[in-house]
Amino acid sequence: MKKNPIIAIVGNPNIGKSSLFNQLTGLRQKVGNFPSVTVEKKSGPWMLNDATEAVVVDLPGLYSLYPKALDERVVIDILANPAHEDYPDVVVVVADASNLKRNLLLFTQVADLGLPVVLALNMLDVARDKNLQVNAVKLAMKLGVPVVRINARVGEGLDQLKQAVVQQLESPKISVEKYYFNPADQFPELIDEVKRTNDISNNYLALHHVQQHDIFSFVPHEKRVAYDKMIEKHGFKESGFQAAETMHRYAVIDGLVKESVKTVAEFLVKPLWTRRLDEVLLHPIWGYAVFLAVLLVIFQAVFTFASYPMDLIDAGMASLNDWLKQQLPEGALTDLLTDGLVAGIGGVVIFIPQIAFLFFLVSLLEESGYMARVMVIMDKLMRKFGLNGRSVVPLISGVACAVPAIMAARSIGNRKERLLTILVTPLMSCSARLPIYTVLIALVVPSTAVLGFFTLQGLTLMGLYLLGLISALVSAWAIKGRVESAETGYFVMEMPTYQIPRWYHVGIAVWDSVKSFVTQAGKIIVAISIILWVLATYGPGDAISKAEETIQKEQPKLTGAEMENAVAAYKLEHSYAGHFGKFIEPAIAPLGYDWKIGIALLASFAAREVFVGTMSTIYSIGSEADEDNGTIKARMRAEINPKTGEAMYTPALAFSLLVFYVFAMMCMSTIATVKRETHGWKWPLIQLAYMTVLAYGLAFLTYQVLR
Amino acid sequence: MKTIADLQLGERAFVKEFRQEDLSLKLLEMGFLPGIEVMLDFVAPLGDPIGVQVNGYCLAMRKEEAATVIVEESI
Repeated sequence: MKKNPIIAIVGNPNIGKSSLFNQLTGLRQKVGNFPSVTVEKKSGPWMLNDATEAVVVDLPGLYSLYPKALDERVVIDILANPAHEDYPDVVVVVADASNLKRNLLLFTQVADLGLPVVLALNMLDVARDKNLQVNAVKLAMKLGVPVVRINARVGEGLDQLKQAVVQQLESPKISVEKYYFNPADQFPELIDEVKRTNDISNNYLALHHVQQHDIFSFVPHEKRVAYDKMIEKHGFKESGFQAAETMHRYAVIDGLVKESVKTVAEFLVKPLWTRRLDEVLLHPIWGYAVFLAVLLVIFQAVFTFASYPMDLIDAGMASLNDWLKQQLPEGALTDLLTDGLVAGIGGVVIFIPQIAFLFFLVSLLEESGYMARVMVIMDKLMRKFGLNGRSVVPLISGVACAVPAIMAARSIGNRKERLLTILVTPLMSCSARLPIYTVLIALVVPSTAVLGFFTLQGLTLMGLYLLGLISALVSAWAIKGRVESAETGYFVMEMPTYQIPRWYHVGIAVWDSVKSFVTQAGKIIVAISIILWVLATYGPGDAISKAEETIQKEQPKLTGAEMENAVAAYKLEHSYAGHFGKFIEPAIAPLGYDWKIGIALLASFAAREVFVGTMSTIYSIGSEADEDNGTIKARMRAEINPKTGEAMYTPALAFSLLVFYVFAMMCMSTIATVKRETHGWKWPLIQLAYMTVLAYGLAFLTYQVLR
Repeated sequence: MKTIADLQLGERAFVKEFRQEDLSLKLLEMGFLPGIEVMLDFVAPLGDPIGVQVNGYCLAMRKEEAATVIVEESI
């Protein structure tokens, strides 16, 4: 037996496959990517015995080995390629016992590939509620492979599963009847030719080479041409044969199930609770009312509840920064550490509560089965804008971060609807914009109470989010006629029965999303903070080193703190960042921005969350360290416009900036994600262009109208 | 010809054949086999999509998709 065998978990969506994976690996799981594709790969260690630590790989859920959605492709790409680094030694097929026939379709396909399999029967409690009795022993005898009853939700049956997997590793039992479906029965010569010319020994694997070589990453171009020639030569019809295969398998499965499943069930009736909940949640009025209430709870959580831990983090980072400044000797290195690095890390950590809250609630909705209902009631509305019911998840997730949101669009089978969803999701105001919104709103909008319950500031904030949502829908509607797509996709979607969320599973989903945010977005933010600090501290020529002389010459009357301030401001103006800001000032002046804001805009082009950090870096470089109005808000409020002599941040400027940030595509991670998801630079560049035009144009309008 | 899209709420029928090859492959995998009994389980608030009970579970699909599945009252 191998020391580190690979165990793949395969199964239909929504049947507890990921719960089983979580039970086996817990927090030791790793999230990464499958080689050469961007499908998320979850893997983790599972101790089989003292000498053997298996690697469990959770493969995306699917209904058959003929993939429809992009994520599903990776499964056949691995199972059909023995040279793949994730090619499993044993496959655990998880099946929903309450829907055995459909689940066995996938099982017979995997078994026919000649892989050692174990069938794990899950959701036996649901089956019992439906008056189905599954006899695992009889089923195992029929199938000729180990069949284990598990309850993935609570972790029952895992020891038996372990034994079955070890048994399949030590002396693999392949299913009794050689093939549930043997393609050589109809096309012996074609199958024979494929096997002979490609060194394949399994008939069903040979069939998949014929049927799906176009999506196999490991099949070179010449081979594809050769396969197409063989198909023609033998008069093979791909779709017709696939339909025949599916029907043949169901016929075989009928025979298998007849003896091992007892039923007195009425097969076309939903479980009582699901029926009752659907009556409300799919109701023409109550359905939308509940959805609206759910959205309100999400926003309340993300903006109100999350603000408490965020304030704590903010205060914590600020006092850490002060403490470091006091403890360490003054100098460039200390400044880099405090104003550059610590400030940058603070800018990352502050988002964690919001992201955690949002993903907690979204995965709760997905776990419970409610999300599928939302997609159904929203589909027709979303279609008017060229989107899909499934676009709801990306759009809601976009409120936290566009990167996971755009990846969530993969579940949309229709290529055009998926592309539109990707193009407009970044218009949803993500959590990185929130600090910009709050700082600027607090600066120019009074906190007057409205209707006793709301404040003017809160309403302005809500208005910005609505502006983002409406622009997303309108943009989708405007773009939809310009996107061509010959490929059709389907909405077809299983409606899961409602279930109580598995908290452990929800917790792990939250943990994963926070971890990937910190590691992916975090790196960029910290790097930019440091680069920015360097650019703002050093400059071309000797203007910076001679700053004090120059100021003393020009304004000899200044003393003490005033003197230091003037020197620091002079240094910033003559730094690389200052030159940069001055260079673009003519372009942004019509929007009301000066060169300091120009620096922040450029810096936040990589990631908009950098804006607030940059503003505090810029304004802290130009001011005293010990004053008590040390917050960024106070510093911005004190900023004077040199042209007018009045406060720099007028409502016109603040709203112009707000509108700019609602529309601007300022996030490298999003651009990179869109490029990955659409396989090229065309769409991310189009997206960047249309969003930039919107941002500039509307910010210009706002400033000119309000000033 | 009657299709799944023509069913009334709660009405049952048997799948006869498919009008669209691509979609038929997907539906076959989901258990919509010729001769199997289906029932219209729900219609979404705006009249589309619909939910169809088959083989012990419910599958949601758009009306235009349902219209590709021809059904008959009895086998």
